[in-house]
Amino acid sequence: MGKKLVVIGAGMASGRALEYLFETDPAAYDVTLFGAEPRGNYNRIMLSPVLSGEKTYEEIVTHDAAWYAARGVTTRFGEAVTGIDRARKVVLSAGGETPYDKLLIATGSNPFIIPVPGHDLPGVMAYRDLDDVERMLSAAQAGGARAVVIGGGLLGLEAAAGLKMRGMEVSVVHIMPHLMERQLDPSAAFLLQRALEARGIDVYCEANTAEIRGTGRVEGVLLKDGRVIPADIVVMAVGIRPNMALAKEAGLECNRGLLVDDAMRSSDPDILSVGECVEHDGVVYGLVAPLYDQARVAAATLLDAADAFRAVEISTKLKVTGCDLFSAGDFAEAPGREEIVFRDAMRGVYKRLVLEENRIVGAVMYGDTADGGWFLSKIKAREDISEIRDTLIFGPNFAGGAALDPMAAVAALPDDAEICGCNGVCKGQIIAAIGKGATTLDAVKAVTKASTSCGSCAGLTEKVVALTLGDDFVLPAAGGMCKCTDHSHDEVRKLIRVQGLKSIPQVQQALQWKSSGGCASCRPALNYYLLCEWPGEYTDHGKSRFINERVHANIQKDGTYSVVPRMWGGITNPAELRAIADVAEKFAIPTVKVTGGQRIDLLGVKKEDLPAVWADLNRAGMVSGHAYAKGLRTVKTCVGTEHCRFGTQDSTGLGIKLEKALWGAWSPHKFKLAVSGCPRNCAEATCKDFGVVCVSEGYQLHVGGAAGLDVRQTELLCTVRTEEEAIEYCAAFYQLYRENAQYLHRPYKWIAKVGLAWVKEQVVENEESRKALAARFFHSQTFHQKDPWAERVRGTDSHEFAPLADLTKVAAE
Amino acid sequence: MSDFIDIGALEDIPLQGARVVRTHMGCIAVFRTAEDEVFALDDACPHKKGPLSNGIQHGRAVTCPLHNWVIDLSTGRATGADEGGVATYPVTVAEGRILLDAASLAARLAAQ
Repeated sequence: MGKKLVVIGAGMASGRALEYLFETDPAAYDVTLFGAEPRGNYNRIMLSPVLSGEKTYEEIVTHDAAWYAARGVTTRFGEAVTGIDRARKVVLSAGGETPYDKLLIATGSNPFIIPVPGHDLPGVMAYRDLDDVERMLSAAQAGGARAVVIGGGLLGLEAAAGLKMRGMEVSVVHIMPHLMERQLDPSAAFLLQRALEARGIDVYCEANTAEIRGTGRVEGVLLKDGRVIPADIVVMAVGIRPNMALAKEAGLECNRGLLVDDAMRSSDPDILSVGECVEHDGVVYGLVAPLYDQARVAAATLLDAADAFRAVEISTKLKVTGCDLFSAGDFAEAPGREEIVFRDAMRGVYKRLVLEENRIVGAVMYGDTADGGWFLSKIKAREDISEIRDTLIFGPNFAGGAALDPMAAVAALPDDAEICGCNGVCKGQIIAAIGKGATTLDAVKAVTKASTSCGSCAGLTEKVVALTLGDDFVLPAAGGMCKCTDHSHDEVRKLIRVQGLKSIPQVQQALQWKSSGGCASCRPALNYYLLCEWPGEYTDHGKSRFINERVHANIQKDGTYSVVPRMWGGITNPAELRAIADVAEKFAIPTVKVTGGQRIDLLGVKKEDLPAVWADLNRAGMVSGHAYAKGLRTVKTCVGTEHCRFGTQDSTGLGIKLEKALWGAWSPHKFKLAVSGCPRNCAEATCKDFGVVCVSEGYQLHVGGAAGLDVRQTELLCTVRTEEEAIEYCAAFYQLYRENAQYLHRPYKWIAKVGLAWVKEQVVENEESRKALAARFFHSQTFHQKDPWAERVRGTDSHEFAPLADLTKVAAE
Repeated sequence: MSDFIDIGALEDIPLQGARVVRTHMGCIAVFRTAEDEVFALDDACPHKKGPLSNGIQHGRAVTCPLHNWVIDLSTGRATGADEGGVATYPVTVAEGRILLDAASLAARLAAQ
């Protein structure tokens, strides 16, 4: 039976302390953990990506219920601690008394709310925890909502950028002359301000808030100079105050924060403290790296091991996608200090090093921060740089003027170069971990914790591992779309949406594509994702489509094409058949075949004949059957009540209506339909992507079938009563698939991934969602239902079909 | 007598696109890359004769539409694990016109 440890506060610092504790001696303590938020522990630094939509809450959870359970931790989330009785060594809460042998106070900090008039109006919020993020997101959901962020520091700017990405009108009000004055000098702050303004964020510096106005709810912010900025929400991000109320009340010595010694002990040796509530040697820390150090020391002290917390150099990065900045050390101007500055105004790059007695004491970088870690290591080591001063500003890559490859830059880093700022992991530690048997990237991360907090050093960590392991390095199956990017299909789609990316070059630029123009695998996927996301806005990029979708026919093994005219629901007539026969004769088309989808296929058409063939078919009233498309193919039907003695509904009629509703849309892969008039299922509807089986009381809608490489029977989505419902459900299902599935995944693959229950929820159970999906689909169709054959007969893409030159007509020389 | 044959204007080929030039010995594919470089090579993949002019172009390479072989436009060689290649023809652009080297074309005809 271990001693009793009670922890107050389930944040990042105490979470890390528990990790150290359990790793070193899992049996030493029975732990009880109180947390004010009604949930487990998550990575608070990553709230900004959650706000902007680049990550989900689930992705930032660090310790879930299972983690605590596995270590026997009793969790008391959502239960406030009301007092500490040091004499009896018990903690008081709503649930009674909890005795302790050792107590760890990790109550963190409270956001500071400026007490201006109106600060208590509904709509005024802090930016501190997940509840705040959820409040902001619900405000952002009302279209056109306006937000004012008070505070132009790290947190305020991340909030502003996130809210902007969620579609709000955003203004930042900052009391100082320039943004992030604690981390940036005026030049870097100017570049940052310009970048934020370019995204449509209004920035007001030297702006003092006089009052928050509104009757019953926030309506605007009044500045002292009389300007009024309209607002639906006001986010205060002006700083934090250590939360030491409990400690004070218990009589522990406090100043600006709860006072601790080098071993993280308070004035009561059985009570330790870590995190933002702590003051050590006159300093209160708010960044995660020193807090993790405190956690390590506290765990050691709890286990009677010797360790000491020391003040550290801190570097800062802003987690706003597209704004790269880095700052470290002290960069104020002072007598005896010199500086080296590099500017490239066109590229928006600015680097400044502050030197004192031939040592770097501060660094500020904007636009290109790749060398930040290298400079930080020099600051920490207090290295004399007089020998390399001439080229210092160009960073470790500099060798005779040419930049080396990124691997060489990493190879050049000394062992004490910091790789992961959050967790204080240097290159040497990673190499040592590999030496001790961590031979994969995941193992290195697990052992060293490198790149497990804010994640901005993931690439750097990977490079160190790759260099150290050499040929033994295996890139993790990260599920990147292709070799051009590490982002998965899902991530790319999400980022296209939240960042409002509207062209292939924009996506490749913003998401840092590793190849100059993509490849034959990612370009068609990107083209589809953009086409689906921005109907009517995005211009289709034909050069990023497979040849079949460029020339609207199917390429054959000899370079000829096959042509399939549409026959709605499989119904044709003598005039159409005559036109097909005439075309086949006129163009000497060698093969005429009936397809498995009840259509007629003309095979072996020469590419240059395609427009003329289509012109003749158009004249007979026929359009493209899209037999080549990642889109609706055919709707196969049986004859239904029209002729069949068993038919229960007009299956042919419904098939025609469905085909007329869905033709022309593009989707991740081909989409095949069938409608059978009775459960005898002559149209084979139960192996299609979407199948309808008519029954006497209505229509059974089936989804996720396939009869190709994989053979799958459909699953029943639901049964509806009318044709109109069948069409609406089908459109909604198709749109859900179009918006969510990975490129080249058929519906059955996608359903296996997301689950039929989720699909049912979106399409069947939630009427609002179904109607919105169908509305989005039909809106998109207004742009896509154009016969591509007729367009090409009129001259679109004529270069595809005619040779550039014909030298057979010129005499050979 | 010129050493080059004028086969058309540069702008007759869209960026990242390709057109063919018909000859007595089959088609030559003329590619224009995103960087405005022009390359000419036989329009028949070394694998199964797929029309390279119909492939997706990326960087200085094209992916064959039939079986996804990737051919380097500057050398005509298959890249990656695939082996083989096609003939390439010197081509230059002058005053917006694409000029194909006549001698190499003649050599191609003679070789057949």
